[in-house]
Amino acid sequence: MTEVVLVRTGTANLASVAAALGRAGCAVRLTESGDDLASAERLVLPGVGAFGAVAERLDALGLREPLAERLRAGRPTLAVCLGLQLLAEASDESPGAHGLGVIKATVTALPEGVRRPQLGWNRVAAGPGCRLLTDGVAYFANSYKLDAVPDGWSGAVTDHGGPFVAALERGAVLACQFHPELSGPWGQALVERWLAAAGEVA
Amino acid sequence: MLLPRVIPCLDVKDGRVVKGIRFQGLRDAGDPVELAGAYAEQGADELVVLDVSATPEGRGHALEVVSAVRAVLPLPLTVGGGVRELADAEALLAAGADKVAVNTAAVARPGLLDDLARRFGRQCTILALDAARSGDGWEVVVRSGRDRTGRDALAWAAEAVDRGAGEILLTSWDRDGTGAGYDLELLAAMRRAVPVPIIASGGASGPADMADALAAGADAVLAATIFHDGHTTVAVLKAELAALGVEVRR
Repeated sequence: MTEVVLVRTGTANLASVAAALGRAGCAVRLTESGDDLASAERLVLPGVGAFGAVAERLDALGLREPLAERLRAGRPTLAVCLGLQLLAEASDESPGAHGLGVIKATVTALPEGVRRPQLGWNRVAAGPGCRLLTDGVAYFANSYKLDAVPDGWSGAVTDHGGPFVAALERGAVLACQFHPELSGPWGQALVERWLAAAGEVA
Repeated sequence: MLLPRVIPCLDVKDGRVVKGIRFQGLRDAGDPVELAGAYAEQGADELVVLDVSATPEGRGHALEVVSAVRAVLPLPLTVGGGVRELADAEALLAAGADKVAVNTAAVARPGLLDDLARRFGRQCTILALDAARSGDGWEVVVRSGRDRTGRDALAWAAEAVDRGAGEILLTSWDRDGTGAGYDLELLAAMRRAVPVPIIASGGASGPADMADALAAGADAVLAATIFHDGHTTVAVLKAELAALGVEVRR
């Protein structure tokens, strides 16, 4: 059975992510160990909570370096929601806190005048070069966002008070602002495409 | 653009789905896991599970229900009922909830909302507010509608959002289970009172009510009786909403 290692970031909706992986036929193992992060063939970085709190927790557990290293090396990794934002250098949500810095950008707040948090289903449009991402409708739960697809990545965009990044991919690294595990059959199929891409690399 | 959500609600007591009228006269309406799977298949956008058990044994079943529903459900799952402290919310999240709704306990101790938002985030912190008409406004009712609090529903919602509620699950006590349509005046007043998403609940009879609720300012429409009793399916209802000009996920 395919094993997927799930990082216990603290307050994430781990059970939902684990259930989606279970439906895809995977065995899920939770970890807080940096060694596991370095060696896992397939890793999921879930994320619910505040940017600063989770970044602190990554530091406290010694996970920052192994995580940044595997992302830079393109090892199979799925980052969800706050997991995507943690790839950036910083976030307006938690001034002073440091993200992983894999992406040279700062996460910003959704604009005034739109419903915040964005809690619900929104359209996603896959951009050029996407192999895993497709057009669809995805479930979001966020108040902050990444504004643009960074160089070297392919991405999908959505719009809530202006366009922003719905997801990014590069090889077998997939980072979703939305929750694929909660996005119905479309999201489940995306998780399964990531698993297949991870299998090719592993 | 955010698409409106159609949300079936499972009121669960001692591990079974039940439904009454104005929270009373509960009768059996099926198995929660079977219903959750069916609603997901039909195109539901989210599922709400409210534990209405009155006993600790019943509450124990609720965690099992959440975990069994989670295994089959590729959709957001909001769970409420009996959440009194952080540990209750934590247990529900560990069992598979994505969002936790608090009602009576938050009225008794509003600081619970601050605690939940700080620990789990606003997107996870839902205020379930049961409102009954009173004079020219609405007052908050608690303990499944048994107690009237005398508190103004709109003022309470605004305070709850300031404290950390990221969404309001707004049930009209007057309309619950009646099929008389959502309380549109309540929805419109709530829309003016808070900036967060509102889930309309209580009184749904069909697509016309739902379209009205969305037009009045709701972001999501919740229903129980019309789905459990087989009056309609989520798929049929979404097709009817689309025919009324409401853009829905299909």
